[in-house]
Amino acid sequence: MRGDQINLQNIVARSASNAPSPQIRDGGVEEVTKLIDVSRCIGCKACQVACSEWNDLRDEVGECVGVYDNPLDLTPNTWEVMRFNEYEDEQGNLEWLIRKDNCMHCEEPGCLEACPAPGAIVKYANGIVDFNSEHCIGCGYCVAGCPFDIPRISEKDEKAYKCTLCSDRVFHGLEPACVKSCPTGSIMFGTREDMHELAAARTDFLKGRGYEKAGIYDPAGVGGTHVIYVLQHADKPEIYGNLPEDPRISPMVDAWKGVTKPLMSAAVGLAALTGFFHYAIKGPKEEPEDDPDERTATAAVRTDEESASPDSQEGDRP
Amino acid sequence: MTNHWVDIRNANLILSMGGNSAEAHPVGFRWVMEAKYRNNAKLVTVDPRFTRTGAVADFTAEIRTGTDIIFLGGLISHLIETDQIQHEYVRNYTDAALIVREDFGFHDGLFTGFEPVTGTYDKDTWHYEINDEGFARRDDTLQHPRCVYQLMRKHYSRYTLDMVETVCGMPRHKIQRIWDMVAETAVPGQTMTILYALGWTQHSIGSQIIRAAAMVQLLLGNMGMVGGGVNALRGHSNIQGLTDLGLLSNLLPGYMSLAQAEEQDYREYIEKRTREPLLPDEVSYWRHYERFHVSLMKAWFGDAATEANNWCYDWLPKLSEPLYDVLHTFHRMHNGEINGYFCQGFNPLASFPHKAKITESLSKLKYLVVMDPLATETSEFWKNYGEYNPVNPEEIQTEVFSLPTTCFAEEDGAIVNSARWLQWHWAAAPPPGEARPDVEIMAGLFHRLQYMYREEGGAFPDPILNLTWYYRQPAFPGPSELAREYNGWALRDVYDENRNLVCRAGEQLPDFGALRDDGSTSCGCWIFSGSWTEEGNQMARRDNSDPYGIGMTLGWAWAWPVNRRILYNRASARPDGTPWTREKALIWWNGTRWVGADIPDFPKQSPPSAGLGPFIMNQTGRGQLFARDRMAEGPFPEHYEPFESPIGMNPLNPDNPLAKNNPAARVFEEDRENFATFEEFPHAATTYRLTEHFHFWTTHALLNAIMQPEKFVEIGTGLAEELGIERGDRVRVVSKRGHVDAVAVVTKRIRTLQVAGKTVHQVGIPLHWGFKGVAKKAHLTNELTPFVGDANTQTPEFKSFLVRVEKL
Amino acid sequence: MTLRVTRRQFFKLGAAGMATSSMAMMGFAPEPAVASVRHFKLTGAKITRNNCTYCSVGCGLLLYSRGDESINNVDDIYHVEGDPDHPVSRGSLCPKGAGILDFIKSRSRLSHPMVREPGSSEWKRISWDEALDRIARHMKNDRDENFVTQDENGNTVNHWLTAGFLAASASSNETGYLTHKVVRSLGMLAFDNQARV
Repeated sequence: MRGDQINLQNIVARSASNAPSPQIRDGGVEEVTKLIDVSRCIGCKACQVACSEWNDLRDEVGECVGVYDNPLDLTPNTWEVMRFNEYEDEQGNLEWLIRKDNCMHCEEPGCLEACPAPGAIVKYANGIVDFNSEHCIGCGYCVAGCPFDIPRISEKDEKAYKCTLCSDRVFHGLEPACVKSCPTGSIMFGTREDMHELAAARTDFLKGRGYEKAGIYDPAGVGGTHVIYVLQHADKPEIYGNLPEDPRISPMVDAWKGVTKPLMSAAVGLAALTGFFHYAIKGPKEEPEDDPDERTATAAVRTDEESASPDSQEGDRP
Repeated sequence: MTNHWVDIRNANLILSMGGNSAEAHPVGFRWVMEAKYRNNAKLVTVDPRFTRTGAVADFTAEIRTGTDIIFLGGLISHLIETDQIQHEYVRNYTDAALIVREDFGFHDGLFTGFEPVTGTYDKDTWHYEINDEGFARRDDTLQHPRCVYQLMRKHYSRYTLDMVETVCGMPRHKIQRIWDMVAETAVPGQTMTILYALGWTQHSIGSQIIRAAAMVQLLLGNMGMVGGGVNALRGHSNIQGLTDLGLLSNLLPGYMSLAQAEEQDYREYIEKRTREPLLPDEVSYWRHYERFHVSLMKAWFGDAATEANNWCYDWLPKLSEPLYDVLHTFHRMHNGEINGYFCQGFNPLASFPHKAKITESLSKLKYLVVMDPLATETSEFWKNYGEYNPVNPEEIQTEVFSLPTTCFAEEDGAIVNSARWLQWHWAAAPPPGEARPDVEIMAGLFHRLQYMYREEGGAFPDPILNLTWYYRQPAFPGPSELAREYNGWALRDVYDENRNLVCRAGEQLPDFGALRDDGSTSCGCWIFSGSWTEEGNQMARRDNSDPYGIGMTLGWAWAWPVNRRILYNRASARPDGTPWTREKALIWWNGTRWVGADIPDFPKQSPPSAGLGPFIMNQTGRGQLFARDRMAEGPFPEHYEPFESPIGMNPLNPDNPLAKNNPAARVFEEDRENFATFEEFPHAATTYRLTEHFHFWTTHALLNAIMQPEKFVEIGTGLAEELGIERGDRVRVVSKRGHVDAVAVVTKRIRTLQVAGKTVHQVGIPLHWGFKGVAKKAHLTNELTPFVGDANTQTPEFKSFLVRVEKL
Repeated sequence: MTLRVTRRQFFKLGAAGMATSSMAMMGFAPEPAVASVRHFKLTGAKITRNNCTYCSVGCGLLLYSRGDESINNVDDIYHVEGDPDHPVSRGSLCPKGAGILDFIKSRSRLSHPMVREPGSSEWKRISWDEALDRIARHMKNDRDENFVTQDENGNTVNHWLTAGFLAASASSNETGYLTHKVVRSLGMLAFDNQARV
């Protein structure tokens, strides 16, 4: 990992733009990863506080609804929350599973895919997916594009917000604020390679302590993530505050891309938008082709029988 | 802590009991996690609730609040009866072999000498049998029926597995599992550390719970060892320092004590505190008491303190009561016996039991002075905050002053952490507005008083007129000046017994070994001597190197005493001076002196062959399984029920009403009528802190208010079902003294217990939230708690009392 | 490839922000953007080493303040994080320590002396001199009236029991030491700190 890794030369993807980024000075940039070992988490929320303090965020003083979780969910002013889960296994053994929920920094970020505002979402060579609020138009498509339900649109400025993996700190050679604060070493940070090694070691440790199903959560459906979990029960991600078992970018995103990419004028845009939402109301029935550039506005989809259920598990998250 | 935070990582077993270490000390808890990963250590928690510590524990067990002595006493019996103790350690390093007086006894729940009228003991019989030379008799075979070992064995034979199960409400298999895990550390290569906090202290039997833990550790050979010890995870950032500096009613700096009224003779006062060895040649370091005392008097009264006036002995106040603790003081305040009260960074309205009584007491003051960085509940006890503070200001005639102070970020100075490290810090910015450091406020008040006594005369002005004031700017005493003063300096050249110069006149003392009782040294706190020497401020040192790789960073800050990090560390080596095992090596004898990773807690050149005991502060040189007369309610910990018990009787001593509750507890007659019975208030309540908050301060800190915004109480699913309460419902928790309303957190983490044939539900009540700050306003938790305290520390019983939960 | 769209995602797609997004689509899109990593907020800050004032772990803190103590500047703490050199905390902090900026800068911080007169329901701002003069006079009067030189048994006791003092376990050793010295010189015994609570 080198300090000077997020610079303008090192943007590998930006929303709604095919303009290639300068690539010459990418020597030495390594992908970074944040490892969250749920088995070491005590749910103290130091990471939540450190995140808000570093990012100058102060949410509303909320209320208690009968759980330890607070704030209850992500908001434009709360970029990470702890999700507390009381889990009893078949033998009646109680576990208190506490998962830090925040942006996963997907290798194939659905938010970026979905975003229609050029440059509002970028992905750096080190893997961080960052929102550039200057260019955000507040459309909310990143919300729909995210398989983890992370971005939130502010009512104050109609812009989307989420965890930046402290790109400002990482750019200066520091670890993210949540990582630094973590009292128990549940949150670790380093190169993708080092974190995977560490995650494997911690998984082995857990297996040695009787957690036979311990494992790493690094979902392939989004190309892997730059935030990975070590779970005691990797076979049941849903018990960790409904962590999706197999997250994927919504087909809506690709459909949307297919619709909008070729738009060159306002008139066509309006017509297409109308058509798009007509399509959307009917529900997605077809999957776009792999290469969106070859698609046209009107006939870009083909049937996919698996995509029908609108009530899949992601929608049930609190 | 006998050990220190980082040393926890050297443990093989961590028993978190009487505290919720992950919740209250998350960063210190890091070293528990490190022990798990480095040593494959196991973490066991015993708590009324499944806590945040439980979330990462290897084994958790539920226990009824206030029954820890039963659990630990049963453990002691288990260790002895299954012969799982560290024999060589117990024989050489504890008082197990010493023989107790024949007239000592224990009957029907009480030790010999109880005086029911006063609730005190005549402790004469609680002593060893002394031979003609004045030393304790002993039987190294441990077979004598009156040796400490056999008496202890007999005492705890009553603490059977059945008894533990029925009193604690802990399932049998969990008790056995934990006892077995603990017993594994009886071998020299394995150590257990015990981490506790207010979950043990805030009981009417709190001190004895901790003693029971110390006894367990002595039997296992875990004291003085790396990864061992009995570790108090203390509360406030400098609660250790203020205790060390003796800011308690009956103490002086360095654990010295004020005289009782009847101690009129200076020599007798000193001799009583000069503890001579009870075994031949032992160090018994308190025999130097007079050096510490005279040096303190020189620090405070300078030239006015002379041998002729017994070093100003009569200038110190003497006690007409054993001590004037806060319960005693508020009892007197309630009776109108106190006119003025000062709260320096203290919020008694929120912190002391039975809030209604505290409000009535403060209302009887003539004046109240609150010095604080924040607007506290206490400073506005007279103000109406609706249901949360329903007072009528017109009826309260107390004149209240609010003096704004700086906070830590705005001043230089040292604070002492739980591990006894004195760490120096620096100011980063000026305080808001006109806020002033506390030392300037104290100086301002003192100078005004001194001026008035000088001009007007008045009651006994001598100590006020002669108090030393070494500070270059008298109105602004500097932290560095004060630190140099408590370290101490030589007033004349100081020599050792061989006439070698130790320290020149005017020089800072190198350590407390240089103190003298002839008036040639000045020292404000003997145990802090060595913190600011001729080499400068030792507390500001920042070398974090760990040369032995066991977490011993002797170059970081400075620890009392003499920079020692693990107390009693002579016990880390066998009697012959070699470490018990290589992995647990700490200090050892190298043929000529003691060396190793820590500063030896032992005379550096005393060879193992001399056979001195490792517990150099004790008169026996040994760990005291038998407390002699040092505890109020007995030399062995005995279980007594909380003053409000959900079963209403003591299963251990069911037939003696005097032995139901701690017979020597701090309790006033007028408060007994405010104690409830389980018939009316059936639920066993306990109070505690949450990791998101620090007492009542962080309700003023927006980020923390966001993280836990509103008062809640925790009840188990069993009680919730019984009362028809759902998660998130509002409930009222009522005790005989008041009520609080809060949101119900319904949880599987509180289990219904079966205790002595009864079903007992426990209720958890965080103590945070009040009527000031940015979090949601709430009733103070101490609306509920009983006005009764521990027999030794007088610490209120915040952890065990009775309530009734009602759905709103 | 399994593709799923939830009802919720669908409604989000159609919800707020459409106006602006349509605008963007209609040709008002911003220039293809450059990234803009947030400005690093610690550049140029003064760093002061301190220890956390909350619990007794004694974690190392780095206090970041704006200003360099030059004569025309009033320094202002604006960020706090853990000191990585500290052997115990190694840079980490708990939720209290991590949020300690909001204690230092709390809206509840007091900035001037006040008095609440007997029976009043309001605070009144006063000067330091007035506050200390009035308090010292109360103390003097009370002490002179109630100081006990000898008890009923003729023992010299030299104590003052009608006043009491609670000291702060979050204050420094130096504050504690001077407080003890002054309080005992006055003969007070009802003296405590949080250690026994």
